[in-house]
Amino acid sequence: MRIEDFLLMRHEILLTLVTVILLVLEIFLHDDRKQVIRHWAIVLMTLVTVAGFLSLPEGTLFGGMYQTSQLHQLMKNILNIGALVVFIQGAKWLNLEANRNKVSEFYLLILCTLIGMNFMVSSGDFLMFYLGLELATIPIAAMAAFDKLSNKSSEAGIKLILSSALSSGIMLYGISMVYGTTGSIYFEQVSQLYAGSSLQVLAFIFFFTGMAFKISMVPFHLWTADVYEGAPVNVTSYLSVVSKGAALFIFSIILVTAFRFISPLWQNVIWVISVLTMTIGNLFAIRQNNLKRFLAFSSISQAGFILLGVIAGTQLGMATVVYYVLVYIFSNLGAFGVVAAVSNATGGKENMDDYVGFYRTNPKLALTMMLAMFSLAGIPPVAGFFGKFFLFLAVAEQGYYWLLTIAVLNTIISLYYYLLIVKAMFLTKSEDAIGRFRSDNYTRLGLAICIAGMVIVGFASPIFDYIKSLSFGL
Amino acid sequence: MGDFSFAYSIWIPLIPFFTFILLGLAGHILKPRLAGIIGTTALGVIFVMSLYTAYQYFFVYGMVDGVYQKIIAYNTTWLQFTDTLHIHMGVILDPISVMMLVVVTTVSFMVHLYSIGYMHGELGFERFFAFLSLFSFAMLGLVVATNIFQMYIFWELVGVSSYLLIGFYYQKPSAVAASKKAFIVTRFADLGFLIGILILSYITGTFDFITITDPNGAAIHQGSGTAFLGLSVMTWAVLLIFIGGAGKSAMFPLHIWLPDAMEGPTPVSALIHAATMVVAGVYLVARLFPVYYFSAPEALHVIAYVGGFTSLFAAVIACTQLDIKRILAFSTLSQIGYMMLALGVSGWGDHEGVGFMAGNFHLFTHAMFKALLFLGSGAIIHAVHSNYMNEMGGLRKYLPITHLTFLIACLTIAGIPPFSGFFSKDEILVAAYHHDKVLFFVEYFVAGLTAFYMFRLYFSVFWGKEPHYHHKPHEAPATMTIPLIFLALASIFTGFIPFTELVTTDGVPFHAHIDWGIALPSIGIGVLGILGAMVMYRRETNLPEKMAANLKYLYRWSYNKFYIDEVYLFITKKIIFRYISRPVAWFDRHMVDGAMNGMAGLTNLISFKIRGFQSGQVQKYAFVFVTGALALALVFIYLWTN
Repeated sequence: MRIEDFLLMRHEILLTLVTVILLVLEIFLHDDRKQVIRHWAIVLMTLVTVAGFLSLPEGTLFGGMYQTSQLHQLMKNILNIGALVVFIQGAKWLNLEANRNKVSEFYLLILCTLIGMNFMVSSGDFLMFYLGLELATIPIAAMAAFDKLSNKSSEAGIKLILSSALSSGIMLYGISMVYGTTGSIYFEQVSQLYAGSSLQVLAFIFFFTGMAFKISMVPFHLWTADVYEGAPVNVTSYLSVVSKGAALFIFSIILVTAFRFISPLWQNVIWVISVLTMTIGNLFAIRQNNLKRFLAFSSISQAGFILLGVIAGTQLGMATVVYYVLVYIFSNLGAFGVVAAVSNATGGKENMDDYVGFYRTNPKLALTMMLAMFSLAGIPPVAGFFGKFFLFLAVAEQGYYWLLTIAVLNTIISLYYYLLIVKAMFLTKSEDAIGRFRSDNYTRLGLAICIAGMVIVGFASPIFDYIKSLSFGL
Repeated sequence: MGDFSFAYSIWIPLIPFFTFILLGLAGHILKPRLAGIIGTTALGVIFVMSLYTAYQYFFVYGMVDGVYQKIIAYNTTWLQFTDTLHIHMGVILDPISVMMLVVVTTVSFMVHLYSIGYMHGELGFERFFAFLSLFSFAMLGLVVATNIFQMYIFWELVGVSSYLLIGFYYQKPSAVAASKKAFIVTRFADLGFLIGILILSYITGTFDFITITDPNGAAIHQGSGTAFLGLSVMTWAVLLIFIGGAGKSAMFPLHIWLPDAMEGPTPVSALIHAATMVVAGVYLVARLFPVYYFSAPEALHVIAYVGGFTSLFAAVIACTQLDIKRILAFSTLSQIGYMMLALGVSGWGDHEGVGFMAGNFHLFTHAMFKALLFLGSGAIIHAVHSNYMNEMGGLRKYLPITHLTFLIACLTIAGIPPFSGFFSKDEILVAAYHHDKVLFFVEYFVAGLTAFYMFRLYFSVFWGKEPHYHHKPHEAPATMTIPLIFLALASIFTGFIPFTELVTTDGVPFHAHIDWGIALPSIGIGVLGILGAMVMYRRETNLPEKMAANLKYLYRWSYNKFYIDEVYLFITKKIIFRYISRPVAWFDRHMVDGAMNGMAGLTNLISFKIRGFQSGQVQKYAFVFVTGALALALVFIYLWTN
């Protein structure tokens, strides 16, 4: 192995480098100058994101444990973009009095999880996959407990670590059975030897529940709402978007590689789970008043929709998964960005009732929120519409008409609650609406990126064509 | 065609598009005058480009082996749905599209220039120029369309910009109503167009004009078997397409929007509702003419008769109206009827195709003189602040330039030689004479009526009794008179353009001479009409009242535009709304909404029942988690291994 071969891991190496730089800064900077770290982190992350788009060779490392291709790089770039937006959106919040002494923690923890996700996405065997998964999960528990002094936040951290320990246990059990029945942990070799004996079905289901935990599919989603609500807004947004996106990427890759020959099995399993996820997520979302909790449940239901692309198992299916995650990053981060801006400006107002008459006092933020809601609900011409459209196309192409019908019905239900917020902001009149406030430049930049993403990704057809050209199926 | 490339012609539509973007986004920062200058300059540039293109096409590179070629100057795939279904955007150059480029850019340039003076000081000046640019872009995109789908897209864009411009004075309820009326009526017609396109492309398998209209190709002969009500599929397709054309070109009975559209600013009426957009229907028929001629001759008959009827109908109404812009609007209807008729009676090849040539010829000359008439009426309105003839009179002393140019335009439309209208109208009459005597006599009569109502207008405005003006009318500024003079010169001289050698059915030039046997009587009836108007309106007499009293019913019906608007109102309000819309609304409100509300209630109920799962206790979560995993495993092991 030559030293140049390490360049294949450029994404991971660059992120590690940024982590180290920030650590050094944290050590050497005087306490009252630590706010500078925010700017460093954002600038460095921007550079890394841009550098990710430079062309890279494809190949494998460490005897196949690590693999990279243009598709992998694209997935990592999408995750980088999401993390960058979270970085930008967090800047204002980290400047608050309570968080001033732990600025670097936020960025370092996110970077660690991002490195973990990168390794996870690029994994070529179950071991590397598992290592990446844990690296991507454990720091998040620390992030969830970011407001150490708040009961809810520490509760969120504890709940996350406990649930994740349970799911990891079951998943490892599944992986060990995979190894036991095939004698290999490499995706390629596993796929050849995976015929679907009872034990192998059990192994797959156990593996599946681990993924289901990460993606928060019903009924493995129960931790989601508590954690999302307890954690600070910026952590929640990262958790619901980037972390979920990474898991979805590797999930769809593993299904069409390692479990290629039992596709009827996992298609049936996902059929059931995606119906449950969409429906239950929606039913819970309807009743929420706290916006963070509401977005948590809506993100559960969104994951159910993304599973439609996974279930297709085709090239189009994988392309739609990647595309939808990209769209979803912009839409959900747009929504969370507004919630965070309001929460920061008003000292923690996060309920839907607080948003009544929001348009009159803060029209720009209200319009951004509306755009995000439209995108999540799938109303043209915003990107979310195209995302949903392609997902539906992918399942329809495979003949899953019942699934499609249920998905469309769920879209209608989701339309209801997304528009509820729009209605509160625009139509309902209120005497004590949230007062007019000005956002800082970072918040604006973050929201501007989201708006641009929601519009451009929808209209620019080359983006989807490009993703599709890189994707592969069964 | 050598190594010359027409690819630059893509910029002819694109330049106004960018002007639109610029003025639309940054218009409010610019000084109004600068916005006007930018818009006008852009149009000036493409006007020159179009003339250059016309020169290169007609006299240098367009003709190969004695035939004018259809050149695809630019083509790009815009949307690729599947391997076989894709939509292109491009530029086609052939005699009619090049001719239309010249027409559109000339009139549009003149109107832009004129508007700087006319719209001076209006609120939304830069918005006006942004819309004008949008319209120019859309119209040029329509003209150069290489395929019927591209044409449809720009067709709709033209409709939108027309809507925006008619409703420019959006504070005025009548303008808003007129813009809605225009949009709805043309949209309604476009439904036919769309269905026609779908059928046509379904049977021919292509959107592409060159493939569809190739007389020797396979596409044109598809769907020729009898299908429905004794007509072939192809006939139905092109008839439906003609409905779209009839909507835009305001043919009877879809003409009702055009007179109301005069609520827009006068330059808009000149540009859109006289010279360019309303002839889009004629252009559409001309573009698909081989299909009509070879595969759907019945449709061609329909077109001829619709055109003939509309021209008579509108001319009769024009004789009794008082609003000068409305008179011009009805005269436009009548003239477009002429063009449609000319296409309808045309044959194919050489002298047989004289109708096709004449239709396009008249389109060209009409664009010039009708734009001139409208711009002239704008100058009149500008001077006296009224649209009504009975509030005008004796204006020749105050508005000398307007008077002279208006007189030239009136003589042109009346078909008096050597003005251009004489030549183009004469060719139409020749074509009609050889094809259908009934239509010939109708048109012959209409020619007289045209002369009469135009000179009724002329004498009432410029001669007649002078009413008491609030302030002394004054001649318009130079930005307004220069276009008038230019268009007057165009009206005089464009008649000498040898159209028979440029625009023909099959691209092969032929020679034609004036048929004095038809020309002389037509001059005669024109002069008769002028004399009649002179006697009645040059000095104040009681002759018009006497005439009106004698022809009491005809006069009243004509004055009320034959009550067509009332018929529409009756059909929509009394029949469609009452017997169709209301039951549908009831069904929607009670059945559909009821079902939806029921569903919503059920959803709410379920979500209330299942909230217990979300208890907040981790041990319960773990329990559900493990149970879920085991249940899945059991079910699928059972299913899978059996």
